[in-house]
Amino acid sequence: MRYHTPTSFADAAAIAAGTTGTLRFLAGGTDVLVQMRAGMVQPDDLIDLKHIPGVDKIERTAEGGWRIGVAVPGIVLGGHAELVRDWPGVVEGMNLVGSTQVQGRATLAGNLCNGSPAADSVPGMVAAGAVATVTGPNGTREIPVENIPAGPGKTNLAKGEVISAITLPPRGKNGGDAYLRFIPRTEMDIAVVGCAVNLRLDGDKVVEARVALGAVAPTVLLSEACAKAIIGTTLDDAALAALAKAAEGEAKPISDKRGTKEFRIDVAGVLARRAAKIAYDRAKGTSK
Amino acid sequence: MARDDVKTGYKYVGTRPNRPDGLDKVTGRARYGADFSLPGMLWAAVVRSPHAHARIVKIDASKALALEGVKAVVTRADLPTGLTGEDLNLQDNTLAGEKALYDGHAVAAVAATSQLLAQDAARLIEVTYEVLPHVTDVDAAMAPGAPVIRPGVADYSVPEGMHGNVARYMEFGHGDVEAGFAAADLVREHTYKTEATHQGYIEPHAAVGQLGEDGRGEMWVCTQGHWYIRRMSAAVLGIEAANLRVTPSEIGGGFGGKTTIFMEPLTLALSKKAGGRPVKLVMSRSEVLRATGPTASASMDVKIGMKKDGTITAGQVFFRMQGGAFPGMSPIGEALPCAFACYDIPALKHEAVEVIANRPKAAAYRAPGSPMAAFAVESMVDELCRELGLDPIEVRLKNGAKNGSKSSYGPVYNVIGLQETLEAAKAHPNYAIPLGPNQGRGVASGFWFNHGGETSVSLAVGEDGTATVMIGTPDIGGSRASIGLMVAETLGIPYEDVRVNVVETGALGVNEPTHGSRATFASGKAAVEAANQAIKEMCKRAAAEWEIDAEAVEWKDGAAHPAGPNAGKFPPMTIGEIGSKMGGSGGPISGHHEVTAGGYGASFGTHVVDVEVDPETGRTTVLRYLVVQDAGTAIHPAYVEGQYQGGAAQGIGWALNEEYVYGPDGRLQNPVFLDYRIPVASDLPMIDTVIVEVPNPGHPYGVRGVGETGITPPLPAIASAIAGATGARIRSLPCSPPKVLAAIKALKG
Ligand SMILES: Cc1cc2nc3c(=O)[nH]c(=O)nc-3n(C[C@H](O)[C@H](O)[C@H](O)COP(=O)(O)OP(=O)(O)OC[C@H]3O[C@@H](n4cnc5c(N)ncnc54)[C@H](O)[C@@H]3O)c2cc1C
Repeated sequence: MRYHTPTSFADAAAIAAGTTGTLRFLAGGTDVLVQMRAGMVQPDDLIDLKHIPGVDKIERTAEGGWRIGVAVPGIVLGGHAELVRDWPGVVEGMNLVGSTQVQGRATLAGNLCNGSPAADSVPGMVAAGAVATVTGPNGTREIPVENIPAGPGKTNLAKGEVISAITLPPRGKNGGDAYLRFIPRTEMDIAVVGCAVNLRLDGDKVVEARVALGAVAPTVLLSEACAKAIIGTTLDDAALAALAKAAEGEAKPISDKRGTKEFRIDVAGVLARRAAKIAYDRAKGTSK
Repeated sequence: MARDDVKTGYKYVGTRPNRPDGLDKVTGRARYGADFSLPGMLWAAVVRSPHAHARIVKIDASKALALEGVKAVVTRADLPTGLTGEDLNLQDNTLAGEKALYDGHAVAAVAATSQLLAQDAARLIEVTYEVLPHVTDVDAAMAPGAPVIRPGVADYSVPEGMHGNVARYMEFGHGDVEAGFAAADLVREHTYKTEATHQGYIEPHAAVGQLGEDGRGEMWVCTQGHWYIRRMSAAVLGIEAANLRVTPSEIGGGFGGKTTIFMEPLTLALSKKAGGRPVKLVMSRSEVLRATGPTASASMDVKIGMKKDGTITAGQVFFRMQGGAFPGMSPIGEALPCAFACYDIPALKHEAVEVIANRPKAAAYRAPGSPMAAFAVESMVDELCRELGLDPIEVRLKNGAKNGSKSSYGPVYNVIGLQETLEAAKAHPNYAIPLGPNQGRGVASGFWFNHGGETSVSLAVGEDGTATVMIGTPDIGGSRASIGLMVAETLGIPYEDVRVNVVETGALGVNEPTHGSRATFASGKAAVEAANQAIKEMCKRAAAEWEIDAEAVEWKDGAAHPAGPNAGKFPPMTIGEIGSKMGGSGGPISGHHEVTAGGYGASFGTHVVDVEVDPETGRTTVLRYLVVQDAGTAIHPAYVEGQYQGGAAQGIGWALNEEYVYGPDGRLQNPVFLDYRIPVASDLPMIDTVIVEVPNPGHPYGVRGVGETGITPPLPAIASAIAGATGARIRSLPCSPPKVLAAIKALKG
């Protein structure tokens, strides 16, 4: 195995483009190193991204959003008061990942590129409208986060491409987001279902909404049907029931060791309802 | 209940000093199995079958052996032939013979100069398999058409006409059950299932083994019983027991799972082939889950009759238990006697079969068989109580076993504490807390026989009047502290002046493992006897110096005293004085006691749990949990409470989320802690404990043994609490959210 420590994303992309065997990037390593230890992956090339200047920074963008470096660990996101004020749902998703030890390393980009349908930070990023900046041999492009995962363990990144930052849009006024996951235990478990809701209010009325469902399809789903069920409503009981129904309809889960198909469908509806209420209260400013 | 044959008012027994191994453990200094290394040591890795059932056609290790640094490969062809019975089973499990019998079954092992190299080499060993039909479920293994995985497995006990996977049959009972059912106002009959669960000890199996061409070897190993490791490894490898010296490490949990061998002999076989270099083997968590012994899975028919006033008139059970691909491992012999052990019922019928299936060889797990049996019987008792509107504690008080009751399995109970645990549970504030919406309360009692067993202990008095105690039962739950307290009490010297060491196989006679909740009972009893022997000798030395009769000397408060005014007037001679002069007064002073310890007493417990169930997701939260159990005498109450809490925690895991999940291909789907869902700390409330003390007359300090009973009641108690919260009765563990939600939805129709 060759271990690389490039100091720019251009170099990282060039090294990646030149590899022929199994390649992995090393951000926090909480997926990669575990998979290597378990004998699941034996990379020929391991490209450590943590030597690239700026990867540990969280910065305001000119538009008022947030640009998050690809090595920023969960614990730093959780400790960033302004970011948490803007995007509590995104941060709470990331902060659910693993334990205190894992939080010290695990990153948003790693969670996204590991390609798990159950990744906890991805529904929140998708609902928020986050964008990944991708550096490749031919330069840089911006891709909505929902278009990165291609299926379990796979991404749509081309050979030589690496995510160089994740950007969250400006929060704007009267917005709120939330993420909930279902696990049988209280921590150290994989989401059986996850759901993030991001919405904006005008008075009591929902005027914008994005709803993302995790662990109920090969990739995290951005559900228009769910959004439609609540846009234009005050999130009254009828709207919540319609949202639950839409979420159940969108969910296309499998039965596996972590839960049955029927269960995941039911719980997708329950979590959508519950997450929407939290997001709504946050948008209203009645809760944090 | 005060009894005059029971002494109380001890100075050290019943106190809570720090455990002697505590500082080492919290500072990381303690040496566990994987911490041991030797100069020139090689590392081993194991090649395991990816198939549940397959004929091994060919093993080609040439590519592995061609790697620089690879020193030895062993397969079954390297082990002696001609073994029979359980020795053959152990050998078959150590390395597969003609067939791999479960996913994870060891097929070959390799030793190399580094761990990574050994793992690389293992991947290069090519095994050709012919995949065979498999079966992993207990009921499916007995169904018509199920593949017979080991023809001829049935022993003499199996009646004609049973499926070829049935290895053993048992039955016993008393009274007329049909008449009993006829006399009942309500008779119910259901089938209950429990999945296999793993002990989940923190420390994976680890050993360093060394075996020379001369057939003399040593092993350093994480185990509950090093004499068992010695006997079993010697049998599997065809060497003499005395030529194998086994030293136990500190142990990161065992719960029964480390009372046998899995990979340990491989270190010796590889060492011998590698010219006697020591070989270290440490299992990964996945190997532990795939290839060490979980407990059995069970499918259990129960029928019980009850009168409107709560009197139980008759009970009948038929248990089917699957303990892996080897006979003898499913605990039907314990499950049946435990089934109704808490009750005094006029008519009972017990039947059980052991079934083999393509799963790893089961091992003991905390009160083997008792939790499953309790799940079936105590769930059923709760169902009857709810249907008849009766209080579950009152019904147990009414039907519960008492002093002098003839037990459900034959012997008469001497002095037991079941009724006391029920009274204490009833009086506990938790039992009166009002329940909110979606909340339910469950009650269940549990039982474990406890055990005595082969025990050998020595004690030596130091020149400074301290005492060293040599025991052969590895300390898992604080037994060194408890034995130290009993010896301190007996000798009348401070606890700090007693050091208890777990010693290797060369230092004592044969000791059974720390199993059956026996260490504090049996090693403690033998240590007290050894101390008494040393006391006798010390009295003799004092008598010689005082020139009086040894019978005229008595021992108290750590010193020899003249027994009375007639004995003469001498100042007390302390253990320190005697120790400092022992070289000149007759030589070293020690005591030794060995025995197959009798007099053990059963421990009963009663648990009360409150849960809340999310009606939309089926997720259960344990709100509060109470363990009441009879300890006999709690030598070190903190470690008794720890056993109660630990047993409850494991039982809650078994009840709620733990299970072995096999895919249609017969492979274990969840061989990692991420998906094998043991409760994490935040899943549990602080577990309340009440120690009931009904001293065991068979032990000098009244000890019963407390390690196992606590895992028994949680299974039915949790299921009953969920039934209370939701109206839905889960008769198949675990009560995982998908199952509970489906049951709630089914109720709503
Ligand atoms: C004990 C434990 C508990 C866990 N619990 C959870 C949990 O609750 N929820 C959850 O979602 N996950 C969980 N995880 C998984 C893991 O922690 C997360 O997925 C984490 O976010 C991965 O981030 P990382 O920085 O460690 O990624 P790494 O391991 O460094 O990388 C992960 C993958 O992403 C690729 N990659 C990394 N960075 C980039 C980049 N910039 N561009 C392109 N590809 C990249 C790598 O090639 C690799 O394939 C857990 C892991 C452990 C060990």
